[in-house]
Amino acid sequence: MTLSATSAPSTPEASLQHTPLYELHVSLGAKMVPFASYAMPVQYPAGILREHLHTRDKAGLFDVSHMGQAFLVGPDHPTTAAALETLVPADILALKPGQQRYTQLLTDDGGIIDDLMVTRSAAHEDDGTLLLVVNAARKEVDWAHVAGRLPDDVRLQPAPERALLALQGPAAAPVLAKLSDVAAGLRFMTAASGKVGGIDCHVSRSGYTGEDGFEISLAAGAAEKLARLLLDQEGVAPIGLGARDSLRLEAGLCLYGHDIDETTSSIEAGLAWSIQKRRRTEGGFPGFERIRRELADGPARRRIGIRPEGRAPAREGTEVLSMLGERIGVVTSGGFGPSVNGPVAMGYVAAGYAEAGTPVNLMVRGKALAASVVPLPFVSHRYAGVRPGGSDPMLKPA
Amino acid sequence: MANERFTRDHEWIRAEDGVGTVGISAHAQLQLGDIVYVELPEVGRRAKKGEAVAVVESVKAASDVYAPVAGEVLEVNAGLADKPALVNEDAEGRGWFLKIRIADAAELDQLMDRAQYEAFVKQATS
Repeated sequence: MTLSATSAPSTPEASLQHTPLYELHVSLGAKMVPFASYAMPVQYPAGILREHLHTRDKAGLFDVSHMGQAFLVGPDHPTTAAALETLVPADILALKPGQQRYTQLLTDDGGIIDDLMVTRSAAHEDDGTLLLVVNAARKEVDWAHVAGRLPDDVRLQPAPERALLALQGPAAAPVLAKLSDVAAGLRFMTAASGKVGGIDCHVSRSGYTGEDGFEISLAAGAAEKLARLLLDQEGVAPIGLGARDSLRLEAGLCLYGHDIDETTSSIEAGLAWSIQKRRRTEGGFPGFERIRRELADGPARRRIGIRPEGRAPAREGTEVLSMLGERIGVVTSGGFGPSVNGPVAMGYVAAGYAEAGTPVNLMVRGKALAASVVPLPFVSHRYAGVRPGGSDPMLKPA
Repeated sequence: MANERFTRDHEWIRAEDGVGTVGISAHAQLQLGDIVYVELPEVGRRAKKGEAVAVVESVKAASDVYAPVAGEVLEVNAGLADKPALVNEDAEGRGWFLKIRIADAAELDQLMDRAQYEAFVKQATS
């Protein structure tokens, strides 16, 4: 067998960037791998399965400092919001102070340059400031794209001096409540500034696991102190990128460069819920023609969940066939879901096959494996203030 | 006594009376992490030395397992279907993959013994 983990990484180790928590990861026994030009922990000694299940059961601490953070600064909220709305399809103007939204930077053809979180500053003195969080592998592209398309009175300030930690899972809120009075007042997709364990932080109630949790932005120099403080709390364990990926896959959340990219539109990707009504009507963002057409007529293909019937995982790139053997789509993320205790996948199929319950075949190593189209997510979201089965702000079909 | 050999691709084979039991090394399972699925060949399949005969899947990725020597598959470890984690628990024992009738015992001599394999792993990971 070939051990990819021990073969030479595609990026020379010496050229990899480190997050402020690099030493901590190594001291915790993490297996470090190259990811988006950073050396990142793929797993700790507990392993991906246990880390995944621990996050769903208690609380996991993730280092996501490799992600891009930036401030978009203008004279007032309407000016800054209007500038960003020329680039994304979400209603940014309607954000209340401290409110957060998920959206996408779009190409003129309606393809996705990146997906990102946008938060309106909660502080009155910072009105006119939006905090953007983008994917690590896309930050240079994103920042150049945004900075080159701003009016004179709005400027982009990347914040590479800031670290980002995510605390995710049902124990995240009680743990944070012991260290801070910021968390208790936050509903899902809202944010506030305050102290956590005496350290100045910007805390949002959001994440990438389908669980309740928080993302904590802070000065890089204070990151290790806060990470150690959080890890000292009962029920908190460090979680690597491996479990982060299986958690988000079970939660039905897109991974940029796999489930979405410049060839997929927001509507194909099932992200219509992230385009609010005013924007659907008024447009004024790149790719509006395609989005409007796909909303009206339906897209040619759709992102769907796929549940293989057996135990064999279907990985990214696996062809999806109709029962008649026609190629109808492809798996874009696939693997083993530890909470599902079986293989799970997502991908795109021709619109006629996108309905839940549709039987399909997956070509795995030359053999057709039976599978079904299933609704996403595989594991129900458990966000704070969102009833089970109620309107889920992170996953709604068009 | 069984003749135990290792490949550079981290398979082990334990040969006795012309039959080799094959699996992946303890080092390999540790590198792979949690194993969630093992695909095994059909009994009766004839494999060349170095041919992919099984697949081992961790949470993150699938890896081929190669035949350490040429031969015919006599038996596969049915226990791995329900409990692939056996490979993590006991890679060089209960987590065996398959048994093959060894076509040419001389091929075993081209493989490493345990001391050579351990030195090989040490060198590859340092």
